Amino acid sequence: MMEIGLNHYLVLSVILFSIGLMGVMKRKNLLLLFFATEIMLNSVNIAFAAISHYYGDLTGQMFAFFVIAIAASEVAVGLGLLIVWFKRHGNIDLDSMSSMRG
Amino acid sequence: MFEAIAFYLFAFLTIAMFYITVTTKQALYALTALAAGMIFISAFFFILGADFLGAIQIIVYTGAVMALYAFGMMFFDTTREVKEKKGNKFIIVGLSSLAALLVVVIFATPMVSENIVALYPVAEGVGNTQEVGIVLFTKYLIPFEVAAVMLLVAMIAGIVLAGKKMDISLTLMSADEIEDMKKQNKKVLS
Repeated sequence: MMEIGLNHYLVLSVILFSIGLMGVMKRKNLLLLFFATEIMLNSVNIAFAAISHYYGDLTGQMFAFFVIAIAASEVAVGLGLLIVWFKRHGNIDLDSMSSMRG
Repeated sequence: MFEAIAFYLFAFLTIAMFYITVTTKQALYALTALAAGMIFISAFFFILGADFLGAIQIIVYTGAVMALYAFGMMFFDTTREVKEKKGNKFIIVGLSSLAALLVVVIFATPMVSENIVALYPVAEGVGNTQEVGIVLFTKYLIPFEVAAVMLLVAMIAGIVLAGKKMDISLTLMSADEIEDMKKQNKKVLS
């Protein structure tokens, strides 16, 4: 119990991932859906760092860096699209985005 | 001992913060809870000895991503309560059960990880930042450059998408001018 092993971190990562998944399934506002995806990406980062530490290998940390870079660019493009959508339609609910025509 | 205390404390705090993020009805509470959760996550990286990753986590997530979200939220109507999706309960329950089953399967699989050999073992006597630099600029140089190009593309895309019609400043116009413009084109100022 007092010795923190790899499994502790993996269980924590799974719990955080499920919270993010719950948010993705539950939310209708697209901004809060983005928050839920950030949670999922971060939970994966924890798992990568933990595996990197317990196996003495730096590859896990490298993957975590690239995940962070991808998350940052996703936020930039996603928020830009969201702002355009909000200017056109006045809301960012997921239900209003069911048609492909702008 | 201290590691265990720190782990459980930060695990509890992170889970609580992220739970608030996905359940609260106010977008502003969700944003602040998410920022707090990101900082608590960096604590795990420091516990695990990945100092550089922890610093990057604080700088990129709470510095850049959260600031971007805060700026983005100024465009949206965030004061009203968020409407929740009233989806099919069976789908949610089914997907959750499937996810739980998957976790059990993952834990029950025979571990083949015993014969994993570290490709880039942690070097002795140098700090974490130095090790990361050595590996990043030798083995992962090309992915690093591609990530840099991708960030540039994302930056240009963000500017092009969000920067439309931003040449008019509402603070420098009189109230009558704003009213006129609203009448002319309602959607610009929404």
